[in-house]
This record gives sequence, C-alpha cells and structure tokens, in this order.
Amino acid sequence: MTPLLSARGLTKSYRRQSLLRSHPPRQVLSEINLDIEPGESLAILGRSGSGKSTLIRQLLGLEKPSAGSVHFEGRDLRQLSQAERKEFRRAVQMVFQDSIGAVNPRHKVGRIIAEPLRHLTSLTSEQQKARVAELLSSVGIDPADASKFPGQMSGGQLQRVCIARALATDPRLLVLDEAVSNLDILLQGEIIDLIHTLRQKTGMAVIFITHDLRLVRLLCERVVVLKAGQMVEMSPVDDRLDLTSQEGRALQDAVLPATPR
Amino acid sequence: MLTSDISTPRTLEIRGLSVCATRRGHHIDLVRNLSLTLNTGEILALVGASGSGKSMTCAGAQGVLPPGVISPHGHVLVDGVHLAPRALRGRLVSTVLQNPRSAFNPVRTMFDHACEVRRVAAASPAGDKTAVREAFLEVGLEDADTVMDLYPFEMSGGMLQRVMIALAILSGAPFIFADEPTTDLDLIVQARILDLLSGLVARRGLGMLLVTHDMGVVARLATRVAVMEAGQIVEEAPVADIFHAPRHPATRALVAAHLKLYEGAIA
Repeated sequence: MTPLLSARGLTKSYRRQSLLRSHPPRQVLSEINLDIEPGESLAILGRSGSGKSTLIRQLLGLEKPSAGSVHFEGRDLRQLSQAERKEFRRAVQMVFQDSIGAVNPRHKVGRIIAEPLRHLTSLTSEQQKARVAELLSSVGIDPADASKFPGQMSGGQLQRVCIARALATDPRLLVLDEAVSNLDILLQGEIIDLIHTLRQKTGMAVIFITHDLRLVRLLCERVVVLKAGQMVEMSPVDDRLDLTSQEGRALQDAVLPATPR
Repeated sequence: MLTSDISTPRTLEIRGLSVCATRRGHHIDLVRNLSLTLNTGEILALVGASGSGKSMTCAGAQGVLPPGVISPHGHVLVDGVHLAPRALRGRLVSTVLQNPRSAFNPVRTMFDHACEVRRVAAASPAGDKTAVREAFLEVGLEDADTVMDLYPFEMSGGMLQRVMIALAILSGAPFIFADEPTTDLDLIVQARILDLLSGLVARRGLGMLLVTHDMGVVARLATRVAVMEAGQIVEEAPVADIFHAPRHPATRALVAAHLKLYEGAIA
C-alpha cells in the first residue's frame, strides 16, 4: 500500500538574523524518514523545542523543507498541480493547541466551520449549511450553536468547533498539535473519546503531537520520539508502553504518579 | 535573609469570599461565600474543572480582579488579624503564574524584576546582587550572573518559571499562590519545577496554595486538597482520601477522569 504521506531525508533549518549581524542558520530537523499509513494513529513525542511542530509544518506543506522531500500518496508535494494541491488540502487537516487563536472572533461558528467547504468543495450554500449542522452534531455540539460567536463558547466547546472544521472536508489524515493539552482533565477525556469514535466511523489516520505519554497510550498505535530534531525512536504502542531510547525513558520517567505516594 | 522583626505567620484564612461579574446587566456569581485556611509548611491544592472559580479565588483574595469583576464580600486574616489585599500581595503572599511568557515586563532584565521585588520587601539596594544570585542558584539557575542580564525573550519557558519562583523567594513572603505553575511546560521541565516547589516548601516552611486541574500534579505535591465546583468548595480532605475515598460527585468525576489516563498501565 502507498503511504498516505512519506518524508525522505527531511531537513529544516531556520535562518536567524538580528538587527546588526546574521547568525549561522540553525538546524531544527535533520534527516527525518517517516511513512504515515492510511488509517493509522501515530504519536509524535518530544519535549519543547524538539522539532515536533516543525516536522508537521513540513509534512503538511505549510513550509518548504531545506532538504529532502515529502510525498503525498507517492507524489512529491513540490510537483502537485493546482487540482492535486486542492485535493491534498482536503485530505489533510489540522487542529491547533490554541483554539481561541485558531478562529476569527468576528465570525460565527457556522461560518468558521464552512470556511474549508467554501474554499475546497463545490457545495452550494444550502448544502454547506446542512453539512455544518451534521458536523456540529458529530462533535457533540447543538447545531443551533452555529449562530454563536467563539466568545460565547467555552474552551472545550471551541476545541470541538475546531475539530468539526478540520473534519469538514472528510480528511484522510487529521493532525492534532497538542490539541488537548491545555484543556482540563474532564474535557481531555471527552475529546479523546470523541477522536476514538470518529476514527472508528471514518477510518481516518491521526497524528497526535504531544509531550504527554499518558495520551499516547490511550490514542496511538505507533510512537515516534524526537530529540533535538532527530528521530531517536520508533516503537509500536501497547498497554505496557516501554520506550527504550534515552530520551523516551526520560519522558516516561517524568510521567506524574497516578495516586499519592 | 528575611527582615526578622515580624515573626513568621502560621495561617492565612480566606473568609466568606464572593466574586461576581456583571455582564449586560446580569450578575454572574464566580465564587460564592468561599472559606479556606492555608497553613505554613503545607501544600493545599485547589482543584476543579475550568471555570469553577479557582483562579478567581486567588485573584479575589489578593484584590487583583480583572475589570468588570468585583468582590462584594470576603476578607483575609493572617494569624487571625484582618489585612487589606494591598498589605498581602508581594509582602505576605507571592504569586507564581501559569504563563511565564506574559508575566514579565519585556523591556526589563531579570535583575530589574528582582530589584523591584526587593524594593517592595524593603530590602536595601546594597545587597541586591548577592541576594539575587543566591535566589537564582536556589531555583537551579546555575549561571545566575548571566541570567540576571537576560530579557524575557532570551529565555525558555522553564527558565522564566524558575525566575518567577526565585522572585517569590526574594519577596520573603511566607505564602505562595501558585496558579497552574506547570501547565504550559513539557513533562520533563514540569517534573523539575515540581521538585523545586516541594523542596522550597519543605526547606523554608512556606504555605502554598496550588491551583491546578492536573490530578497528577496533586498526587505528586499536595498535602491537602480542596475541590471546587461552581464557585464553591464542595470537598476538602487530605490528599490520600481524595484519591482513595472521594465523597462528592465532582471529586469522583475528577479522579475518574484522571485515572482513565493511566488505565491498564503504570500503577
């Protein structure tokens, strides 16, 4: 089977420039080789600054890698035609950590969710309305809330709105970048259950970016550990997730106790 | 270290605190007639779902509520003596905030921030360098002299959070309100900061009010737990009872959601 997305020798460095002098470029991602299979759930684990989000920005074509390539169903991202690019955008969607920052506060929820439908599909506005209502109920929000503004919703509700928006185009891959880490623990549980249900229903692949190992065990089949821009471990996930790399161990040891000692 | 003409207080009591917001003519109660007691030498965790009024309790007690939010009732007693919020903050209570990025003045160095704290604590400018160096070393900022000259944008979140804790030490306040002190940090940095906080409380006999929604942090750190729901404390108990014999439905929901994260593994 062709992988949904594959990265070969993916490298990214950022140029740093201050007012008076230019610094040598800093490499934040080096030589990443990674395949994402259709329908799988993959965790990208690492501490702050390990390159998790940078890797995703390259995979999703939001930035151009300094070296190496990304292929979407076997086709190089750089060589996609306009139609293929649209198809890529429909197939791959993302949910960010900061739900408040990810929506336009002046737009109503209905318009926020319809945004990808307007740009990426040929649905009429009636069909779009129906689709929005369907999406809202699939994430457990009353379709009548489409007329609310983001400011009138709680953090957990708004994160659901962002998930609904990401699901609007029936993506084959959903990327969640720390999408539950600043929700409270009750909401985290709800979102985790929601993602479970959605995956069973649609069979989409999920990439879960996190530094919280507890979530990896609950949601993912495979985990990749990043350290300083390098992939130091790739393991299958089972109930007794035991990471073997030094970095993986460090992350595992930092998991807080379940109950007081 | 501390100016020692005042004996170290033993308890801080919040009595009958109410906080409410006015929105389009409607009154919304955020904290309702809340009372709690914090002793020095203990870590009291204040837990609850988002919006249950945890942060508003801290802000209300210190008189630093956001615009449009008022506290019609409530007062704070330290060792039984009624104190105005102004006399509390920075002097008897220091605060460690959630987001270290936005808690610092972007055009001031770490040393400037430390000096500001020392002026409030009425410490003489002559001892600034030594005292600040000592405090930075105590929170594990090895390269204290370099850190003093840094601006917030030159530092990582974990470093900033350490400086914020150093500032709490420098204030000499016997009580710390820590509002989600590690929520934005990655797990490894979080573990180190939590070690640092528990060490400080033990060494210096501070009283800490720890606001959090992460029951893992509670399990690691707290001695006593107060659970909030809809602006009220619905259960207060030693930490072991909260985990092993929760009584109120809100507590049970929190503990169940927390344990679900550990299902099947790492006992």
